[in-house]
Amino acid sequence: MTGFSPSFYGIRTHSYKMKGGVVLEGNVVLKMQGICMTFPGVKALENAGLTLKKGEIRALMGENGAGKSTLIKCLTGVNKFEAGEIYLDGCNGPVVNKDTMDAQKKGISTVYQEVNLCPNLSVAENLYIGREPLTKMGTVNRKVMVKQAAALMKELELDVDVTRNLEDYSLALQQMIAIARAVDMDSKVLILDEPTSSLDDREVEKLFTMMRNLKAKGVGIIFVTHFLEQVYAVCDGITVLRNGHLVGEYDIEDLPRVKLVAAMMGKDFDDLASIKKEGGGDKRKEPMVIEAKGLSHAGTIKPFDLDIHKGEVIGLTGLLGSGRSELARAIYGADRAQTGTLKVKGQEVKIKNPIDAMKLGMGLLPDDRKAEGIIADLSIRENIILAVQAKMGIMKKIPMAKQCEIADKYIDLLQIKCASRETLIKQLSGGNQQKVILARWLATNPDFLILDEPTRGIDIGTKTEIQKLVLKLADEGKSLIFISSEIEEMLRTCNRMAVLRDGQKVGEIEEHDMNQMNVMKAIAGGEH
Amino acid sequence: MSTFKKLTQKRLFLPIFSMILVMLINVVYDIACGNAPLSFFMITIKNGVLYGRLIDVLNRGSEIAILAIGMTLVVSASAGTDISVGSVMSLYAGVCCMLLAGYGEVNVSTYAHPLLVGIGVGLLVTCICGLFNGFLVAYLNIQPMVATLILWSAGRAIGLLLCNSQIVYVRVPSFQVIGSYVGFMPTPIIVAAVCIAVASLVLRFTALGTYIQSVGINKRASRIAGFNSAKIILLCYVICGLCAGLAGMVATSRIYSADTNNIGLNMELDAILAVALGGNSLGGGKFNLAGSIIGAYTIQAITTTLYALGVSSAQAPVFKAIVVILIVVIQAEPAKDFFKKLTSKKAAKGVTQA
Repeated sequence: MTGFSPSFYGIRTHSYKMKGGVVLEGNVVLKMQGICMTFPGVKALENAGLTLKKGEIRALMGENGAGKSTLIKCLTGVNKFEAGEIYLDGCNGPVVNKDTMDAQKKGISTVYQEVNLCPNLSVAENLYIGREPLTKMGTVNRKVMVKQAAALMKELELDVDVTRNLEDYSLALQQMIAIARAVDMDSKVLILDEPTSSLDDREVEKLFTMMRNLKAKGVGIIFVTHFLEQVYAVCDGITVLRNGHLVGEYDIEDLPRVKLVAAMMGKDFDDLASIKKEGGGDKRKEPMVIEAKGLSHAGTIKPFDLDIHKGEVIGLTGLLGSGRSELARAIYGADRAQTGTLKVKGQEVKIKNPIDAMKLGMGLLPDDRKAEGIIADLSIRENIILAVQAKMGIMKKIPMAKQCEIADKYIDLLQIKCASRETLIKQLSGGNQQKVILARWLATNPDFLILDEPTRGIDIGTKTEIQKLVLKLADEGKSLIFISSEIEEMLRTCNRMAVLRDGQKVGEIEEHDMNQMNVMKAIAGGEH
Repeated sequence: MSTFKKLTQKRLFLPIFSMILVMLINVVYDIACGNAPLSFFMITIKNGVLYGRLIDVLNRGSEIAILAIGMTLVVSASAGTDISVGSVMSLYAGVCCMLLAGYGEVNVSTYAHPLLVGIGVGLLVTCICGLFNGFLVAYLNIQPMVATLILWSAGRAIGLLLCNSQIVYVRVPSFQVIGSYVGFMPTPIIVAAVCIAVASLVLRFTALGTYIQSVGINKRASRIAGFNSAKIILLCYVICGLCAGLAGMVATSRIYSADTNNIGLNMELDAILAVALGGNSLGGGKFNLAGSIIGAYTIQAITTTLYALGVSSAQAPVFKAIVVILIVVIQAEPAKDFFKKLTSKKAAKGVTQA
């Protein structure tokens, strides 16, 4: 919380005193305070908290790893916290939920990103699983069930035939049915964990209408999302977490976008030191390497244009989920672009698969190192030669001696710390794993390299090395896309930045305009 | 001690250990019966052909060994098993014998089509079966067991249909050769040896092994690194189909007939077991072909031993199951940890005593 406190903007965080432990003051339905919890070796939450009023929609915001889901899981009993209290309206004293069922009984319902219902059962059955109305004989009373279900749907203004199977409805409706099920169980607190990430604009609007209806009925809603637009469209208050700490709780009108982004990223406008890279001449005069026009991938990135010149480093910036990774992936063919044209070195190309892009001299270091980077059970040597081998084809196996030579070269060059080149990559630390993946791409001698969060989760020393490497590669005439959550890093390395918001490229920042203030403003966007 | 410890940490240690265990049972039995102690390993020439229990194991184990090659690759690449191989063997028998005898014929002593056409078309059909399985798994993302279940049930039935629901005999010497002897050597041993050699050479001189393991360990990462993951998985299933065809070829020629109800029956389970006995994880990823081959012959050795011990063929599966349980338990991770603890405790004791 260095350099930033809740009182920074002159906002007082509300404090509520307990009155007999039964009814919370000021219309508060849920109060969590001083929550601490550790995962083995990591302090996940330290003094985190959240206060929710009746009939309030509160956004829970924070960058990846800020502790949002951990806090939610502490509330619903999935995680056990070590210190702190949870007070719930109508419950005596501090509440500790043993599991989600326990939380449900106390009126806390959660709806997750993925719909956890049975697609092959009818809507009515889904609504009443586990609590079906019974007849005198002890069998399920379908008539009553359908009637109640229909009434519930009508009350929530959902146009749904409750006798049809759940899978017949769109994802958005399924989500809303999941919410209806949660609400019908007398919820006081409804937690929506990134419910909109797989919905399109129209569906999101429907969901919001429903949220507002519930709000009017007095339900307190905790809304976890990465989309800023949505926060300002529907929420009344914002709680910001950072690195497991509570940064502050604000009313929506007190926290404009720029300040919200600053709060989430932990940047204070006072110490905005502008770090400028040594200018290396105008790269725009160099020949064009990548020319994208109207590329898009449904559901992740809206059509965008992007030009990249030889020796240029382009930074992609935006919040998580803004489409910065997706833009790069659409160029590389990791997610096949559905519209638009792509020219590489002036030639129009069609990229169906990553291998097509690789043959054109591209490389992609993915942000999810574990899921898309390392091949855990293979050795460092095998991991390094993988991309070279893929380019050579299955019939031309790289001779063992050559493999060892390549591996040793990059272990030495990038100073990968390991017992030997035959060590399994899964036994390395995160930073060293990242270096191995980097080596895999450098070994292919690419003209155009995409680095998606190359410095995430690795130590400062390695971070600096990677930044230096980026500048060195650019000097050698290679073009790069650099994606990072840390703005300073990008300011230090990039010639130009493209700004993304909510799956759309909204603008570019030229080198002479690049400073933290401008970048944050651009990320936040909007009229605030 | 240290060399012994190093030996135990080799990947092939347990498969070989299991194999030796089975052989030891034979030796003990032979001693108990008053036979020569090493009669299991004795190879003689009777009636102009090789004879002996070891030869019998190698001969009868050919089909499982060939199947194990394909199954190993499928398991590694797709983290699933191809349970259709037994049925596909039977389908091969149906196609091949139908072509060689002519449709509707039951017992022939001359070819209706040349031998190579019968074998060639038969193998082609099994490759198509592999292609079908692979397409379902790699491109439609159907679970391997479910996808291959289709041919598991349909393959045998199609074979039966092709043979007009009868057992078709092809009594031509050149057809029987594949299942009997070339000179003094049992042909199935040669066929299996060739298959194993080709597979090893391909894995050694192409990057196929790296491709398959990489895809099996992390499909998404492999795609980003430039492998066409789906194509690799498809290829593995095609190879597996081809192996099933080759195994079917041996099995059919052995009895010079298309007994579609019995050829390859439950063979898929032996093949899967061979992969597991070879120390390969059925969860995919790293594989060891040599282990699978040893596993395949171990299974056959168990069967042959049981028959040698005089266990009736009806009871044999029970004893086979017991041996298999033992071998699998020895190789299980918790058991390995247990043995490790045991040895480290002993070592610690030794230190304190010293």
